[in-house]
Amino acid sequence: MLHVAYLMPLFPLAGFLVLVAAGRRIGDPVAGWIGTLAVAAAFVVACLTLGGLLNQPDAHRLFVHDYFTWFHVGGLNVPVGILVDPLSVTMVMFITGVSMVIHLYSIAYMKGDPDYPKFFIYMNLFVFSMLVLVLANNLLLTFVGWEGVGVCSYWLVSFWFHRDSAASAGKKAFIYNRIGDAGFLLAIFLIFEKTGTVQYTGGPGGGIFGQLHHLGGGTGTAAVLLLFLAATGKSAQIPLFNWLPDAMEGPTPVSALIHAATMVTAGVYLLCRMNHLLALTHAGMEVIAIIGGVTAFVAATIACAQQDIKKVLAFSTISQIGYMILAVGSGAYVAAIFLMVSHAFFKGLLFLGAGSAIHGLDNEQDLKRMGALRKTMQWTTITFTVGWLAIAGIPPLAGFWSKGDVLDNVYSHYKVLWFLGLITAVLTAYYMTRLQVLAFGGEPRWDKIGPHGEPPLHAPHESPWVMRLPLVILAVAAFFGGLLDLPWIHHDSFEGWLGPVFAGSLYNDHLHAGGEWALALTDLAAALIGVIVGFALWRGAQVDKPQLEPQFLQRVWYWDDFYDALIGRPSQKLATFCAWVVDVRIIDGAVNGMASVVRATGSATRKLQSGYVRNYALGIAVGMAALIVFLLSRTWWS
Amino acid sequence: MTHSVPFLTLLILLPAAGALGLALLGFDRRFNKELADALGILVSLATLVIAVVALVTMKEHFGGYQLVSNHTYTGEALGVRWFLGVDGISIFLVLLTVVLFPIVLLLGQSKTNSRAYAAWMLLLEAAVLGSFLSLDLIVFFLFFELTLVPSYFIIAGWGHERRAYAAVKFFLYTFLGSAFLLVGILALAFIHQSQTHVLTFSLTALEHTHLSSSTEILLFLAFTSAFAIKAPLFPFHTWSPDAYTEAPAGGSVVLSGVLAKLGTYGIIRFDLNLFPHATRTLAPLILTLAVIGIIYGAIVACAQRDMKRLVTYSSLAQIGFIALGTFALSTQGLSGAVLLMLNHGLIVGGLFFVIGFIYERRGTWQTGELRGLQKVAPVMAGVFTVLMMASIGVPGLNGFVSEFLVLVGTFLTHRWWAVVAVIGVIVAAIYLLWAYQQVFHGVPKPEDEKTRDLSWMERVAVAPLIILIVFLGVFPKPVLDRIDPSVNELVAHVEKATGHYQPAVATRGPAAAEGRP
Repeated sequence: MLHVAYLMPLFPLAGFLVLVAAGRRIGDPVAGWIGTLAVAAAFVVACLTLGGLLNQPDAHRLFVHDYFTWFHVGGLNVPVGILVDPLSVTMVMFITGVSMVIHLYSIAYMKGDPDYPKFFIYMNLFVFSMLVLVLANNLLLTFVGWEGVGVCSYWLVSFWFHRDSAASAGKKAFIYNRIGDAGFLLAIFLIFEKTGTVQYTGGPGGGIFGQLHHLGGGTGTAAVLLLFLAATGKSAQIPLFNWLPDAMEGPTPVSALIHAATMVTAGVYLLCRMNHLLALTHAGMEVIAIIGGVTAFVAATIACAQQDIKKVLAFSTISQIGYMILAVGSGAYVAAIFLMVSHAFFKGLLFLGAGSAIHGLDNEQDLKRMGALRKTMQWTTITFTVGWLAIAGIPPLAGFWSKGDVLDNVYSHYKVLWFLGLITAVLTAYYMTRLQVLAFGGEPRWDKIGPHGEPPLHAPHESPWVMRLPLVILAVAAFFGGLLDLPWIHHDSFEGWLGPVFAGSLYNDHLHAGGEWALALTDLAAALIGVIVGFALWRGAQVDKPQLEPQFLQRVWYWDDFYDALIGRPSQKLATFCAWVVDVRIIDGAVNGMASVVRATGSATRKLQSGYVRNYALGIAVGMAALIVFLLSRTWWS
Repeated sequence: MTHSVPFLTLLILLPAAGALGLALLGFDRRFNKELADALGILVSLATLVIAVVALVTMKEHFGGYQLVSNHTYTGEALGVRWFLGVDGISIFLVLLTVVLFPIVLLLGQSKTNSRAYAAWMLLLEAAVLGSFLSLDLIVFFLFFELTLVPSYFIIAGWGHERRAYAAVKFFLYTFLGSAFLLVGILALAFIHQSQTHVLTFSLTALEHTHLSSSTEILLFLAFTSAFAIKAPLFPFHTWSPDAYTEAPAGGSVVLSGVLAKLGTYGIIRFDLNLFPHATRTLAPLILTLAVIGIIYGAIVACAQRDMKRLVTYSSLAQIGFIALGTFALSTQGLSGAVLLMLNHGLIVGGLFFVIGFIYERRGTWQTGELRGLQKVAPVMAGVFTVLMMASIGVPGLNGFVSEFLVLVGTFLTHRWWAVVAVIGVIVAAIYLLWAYQQVFHGVPKPEDEKTRDLSWMERVAVAPLIILIVFLGVFPKPVLDRIDPSVNELVAHVEKATGHYQPAVATRGPAAAEGRP
């Protein structure tokens, strides 16, 4: 069944093309159904591929096939081909699966939008690009998908482009990602220079992974750090993380799909794909682990002080990806992927739940204006609760197992980062409890006048079934997602499935059973502390607690202000200076200065010639004079 | 050696005859405007057909000159020959030219005195094609110079407010460079004559001239000054903001899309072939100028509030990439540079077309006076988006492949220049997205509400550009396969002359890495 894998990206591409050609005529809601069906078809193909791969013995779960040559210049050969292995199949399974339910949800969520078909055009193109990203069999094709998802993200974030904030957020996301992309490009150059190929595996010389011996020492470290720069852009890590909160300007299904479940994890995927390269550099791994751990912590602190429900979830996403990066830096790739998959379930669920609440409250996103939604939105409340407990790390939900898996591995590597991760776990449980209580608990605040004098909102209403069904599906997945990789199952486990991909570079924590229990209880204690503190502090009717929401955290550690002062404003000044002083006065000034000298000379000969013919003659005269001078000089030189 | 059908001569004569015809017919008062418009378009379309036939006729895996015409028309005494030929490097510039001109003519019909406009355009097309096809240096020079005259009249006749200043500046500045070029050509021919006792201006003969290194550098500088101004390369670019801005839309398209390529083409065709040592010696200097141009062009573009000037400076950065790939002197770099010439012509041409559409509707191209056009003109916004993404270098569209090849080729031979140039890739996203946001995003003001979307004729006119941009992004292989043999010969020529070779990985890929200790 592996040979049909290429159909997977082709279905969303076909959906994209159909909607581009006829989307406007088809209109609402059929365009949405077409888009959803295209992704559903991709999901079916993904399942077939998974089956095909499972039929193979462990050691033979690899299928590489080139379909055509993109370009071939000199020694640089770039095919368009796919690589199917347990890693890419795991990725496509959750990508197509989550995409499918979010498309379904969007059919109702986007109802009535004047650009309804266009939304699904972008979404299908996004799924196509994402599948190219994970299925590509070479770095450059992965980069194609990488850029494709970035462009779709730009379009979808600025989907409601009549709002300046949305237009600016899309642009910001694109530019931050471009900085990372520069790292990606340089890494490709470096790898090609040393190995002569961009293919991961197979082909002449065995691809990059067959040529790793050319990438030792500083070269390997440089390549890894450049790829990691790319990952910090796409996966919103320090120092390039602050585009993601702004990206919440996009419609909520976009936030769920692109900015939580799939695209933002592409950086983690890239690092996992290149695990053999990462294994060459201890220093590089340490940098990755530190950045991941610090990002997880910093973002979690910020999430504690946000008022906008989507902003809380955005910083939470950054924090959770920080965990994944931390796992990668510890060599625990399987734990990273495990968290990525379960995170896709529960964070997708949380965003869709938030979307349902926002939808029910006439697009109000301020947590302080919600409250008591449990009374009117039962489905949303129950499913959201599952998501909350899952991310908080309460057993037996998915988050407990996946986060625990990450922390166990980090513990045996970096004790300090493990402790930071544990604090982050407390914070995670705290800010999610705060969110849960403010939105669904307590007394209603939406019927009151807003803090800036906004009129009271209409009573919230539960969302239609096409929105509820995805919530239920994701809630089930978030509840039982932990079954993928239970720590005491060692045969036919997630680790055994993914293991061959990371052969030789995967770190295995060999904790004795007692150690595992101790760590698991520690994680549970951290989660419970966070939940209890969250309840204790936010339970009451009073929701304005500035002492709990310091400016420093609300303003994202002043990160944007810092960049603006350090880079933004000086560059603007530089640009203005270059444009109006250097270019106009200095360079062009010199040119015009010379011209006026020539004109002065020219006026002496005005009686002979006039108009531009005069200049023509003058030019030829200058040329001839130069020729004579040159020829004369030659006689002395040679 | 002559080909049975003189395709190349036809390519030059047909538009020239068209121009002459339009000029002469103009004396007949009864000759109506529609007929003149149709004639111009038909002639340019016929030229397109001939060029496509020529492309199909060409052998694929052959790097030398093909479809050669070689006749002595001036007598042996003068040494000037009608010597035309095409190879994988020039054929795509020819195609770019013959694709852009019909579109320019199609969209130029609304102009006052469109008959004269069409005549000048056709003359310009003939001169440009002549420049790309000539292998005799004097014939090349004549065509190269001839391009100035119609360009001047198009800017001065149909341009905007400050057209007179822009036209004269453009003319004088480029003319200054040409003066050096003429001196260089003559000097080279005379040196060659002193060695062989044959006076010739044929490129293939002059390649074998023995030059001392100082002479070679002087001649290189003489040639390059003309080409650097024409392209334009930093810091010889200051005529271009005025000329591109003040020219009518079609003029801007042709100036930036096609005429600029005369400069970069000249460098590849003449500098690399005739002066390989000097090219190598001065490569670090030109590479540095190229990188400065990339960064500087991008930075200055960020400060522009005028879309035409913004595109002009983005074009300066792109020309920097072309020069970068060229002087990297590697297979990937040079292939990328040649491909980028084609791609940049399509993209920048398209951008100036769209700005022209906006100007026709609104009488301005200032970003500050336009708002929310995506709402009222979604097709126009879509076209601009594709062009913008192609220009930024988003893979899947044509700009990426060439930019990538240029950068990887430069990285192999001049790593740190490539590293700095990559910053230009980041900044390129900033100004174009900014401009898009200003003009197309936001809520349209009352005067924006009335902006018409593209008419069916405008859609038809830009459709070929969009199709080519997508096609060359997804499947550039057929084009690169034709460019490569010629690029390989040129790189080998430079390598053989200088004794410096590019890293083996550039030509042999993984096999080369294997052989390394």
